[in-house]
Amino acid sequence: MNNKRKYILLFLAPAFCIYTLFMVYPLVESIRLSFFKTVNNGDLIFVGWANFEKMLTDPLWYNQFLNGLKNNFYFFFIHMIIQNPLGLLFASLISMRFLRASNFYRTMLFLPTLLSFVLVGFIWKLIISPLWGITENFLIFFGLGDWFQPWLGLPETALVTVALISVWQFIGIPMMLFYAALINIPDEIIDAGYCDGLSGWSIFWKIKIPLLFPTIGIISILTFVGNFNAFDLIYVMQGAIAGPAFSTDILGTFFYRTFFGFQLQPGDPNLGAVLASMMFFIILTGVCIYLFLIQTRFKRYQL
Amino acid sequence: MIFKTVQTTGTQSRFNEAIAHIVLMSYTLFCLFPIILIVINSFKTKRGIFNEPLQFPNFKTFSLDGYHTVLTQGNFGLYFFNSISVTTVSIVLIILLGSMAAYALSEYRFIGNSLLSLYFAIGIMIPIRLGTIAILKLVVSLKLINTLSALILVYIAQGLPLAIFILNEFMRTISSEIKDAARVDGLSEMSIFFKIIVPIMRPSIATVMVFSMIPIWNDLWFPLILASGDKVKTITLGAQQFMGQYVTDWTSILAVLSLAIFPVLLLYMLFSKQIIRGITAGSVK
Repeated sequence: MNNKRKYILLFLAPAFCIYTLFMVYPLVESIRLSFFKTVNNGDLIFVGWANFEKMLTDPLWYNQFLNGLKNNFYFFFIHMIIQNPLGLLFASLISMRFLRASNFYRTMLFLPTLLSFVLVGFIWKLIISPLWGITENFLIFFGLGDWFQPWLGLPETALVTVALISVWQFIGIPMMLFYAALINIPDEIIDAGYCDGLSGWSIFWKIKIPLLFPTIGIISILTFVGNFNAFDLIYVMQGAIAGPAFSTDILGTFFYRTFFGFQLQPGDPNLGAVLASMMFFIILTGVCIYLFLIQTRFKRYQL
Repeated sequence: MIFKTVQTTGTQSRFNEAIAHIVLMSYTLFCLFPIILIVINSFKTKRGIFNEPLQFPNFKTFSLDGYHTVLTQGNFGLYFFNSISVTTVSIVLIILLGSMAAYALSEYRFIGNSLLSLYFAIGIMIPIRLGTIAILKLVVSLKLINTLSALILVYIAQGLPLAIFILNEFMRTISSEIKDAARVDGLSEMSIFFKIIVPIMRPSIATVMVFSMIPIWNDLWFPLILASGDKVKTITLGAQQFMGQYVTDWTSILAVLSLAIFPVLLLYMLFSKQIIRGITAGSVK
């Protein structure tokens, strides 16, 4: 018995210590810091909810926060209506029975996911750059020359452009998860549908989609957590100021600027902690909605 | 009746297959085009890049100037080495510590077992970046700022939750008879773990490896904040800063991009089977 306890400790302790020290403690400490103020000599003074009040009422901060939050939801929205449906489309095509070269397509569609944000950001920045003119000439070739604009430079189009580039990069993930779920649907169910005279289209909508609900749920929550934690692509393409005119600013870039400061505004660790706490709360809310409201309803569809 | 349905779906499916190929092929081109474009233009002179961007380099436009600048001006060899060491050490430790913890959680019944599993699972959903402010303070107080160890410790903490979750699920499926037989034979718990459990676990270890490797190799956030010194830069951060400085020197930028794509492509070709299998196996559960 004593022996067993020794092994439990030996096996668990290293993982537990590193995880607690470098992940759980910092998260808790960040939330704690959001209730304090750092004074000149580096001491912390407890200020209660004052930092939160400042973030949510002081126009200097409030407007930026609201703008970041709005943009972040928009960023998420683009991923939900473009990335995930396209991922499902490609997964359904690739999982078609007897489709040749399905391995090849799967590999190719997953390729951009492996490239780093730095690569993806710069590659697309060059390709849609008006300086190089690749995209412009492409559009002219198809008679759509008028469509071309310096998308990244215009406040109205910059966020959509960055979001679509992020979709290009990450479409492999929903595609792969949908694919795994689709090949897991037993052939007998599909055959039974055909025997009952259903068309391929109605088999997709009436049999496959209901069976995919749990996967759709998981992909949605993964997209949500990923998007509300996003930073790198926007930092690489538009810098920490998330220009033009903060039109691509999301919570991640706002958090970075608040914490480290930029240009004339000095960094403020406590207001940064406030933002981290609020992002924590937003993500937690999303995860809870998924766990308690959505996931429990999908259970009955499981095979 | 059944025969008839099968036949009609047969002819229909040929048409559907053609459409599927057209859609998938177009999207494949869309995935590959940007990458190919960057690589072919990195071998050209500036004039060639701007005048005929879609052409392969010919004897008039061929040039290695970009590569020359990159290899003489940047510390890319060092950055590359840093990235490799950070990623390798982190992955090895994630797998070692993660599988040990998963073994304890799945093998032994003790008070607080399920609570501990839940404690580790929280980290799958909550991004570690939200703790950055406190992580930076902690790293400074441990005197680990601007070291690769700081990055490694953070990446281990970041990778452990998912690793423990996946490995735990898998370990529960291993029958207890094997382990009991080994115990009767007098093997210690340590040797049961290393000689019996770890070898059986190979497929799910591959899954964990793939899932943890990509975000570590490509991370920009923590290198930027914890290790931005020139000696400890990772390739991702190094490339980002190089491109920030040489923003108008297109030949060099294209060369850096191509050099940075190459290791990923190589890795992908080596592991592509494993990656696909890992992802499909991990989610099938």
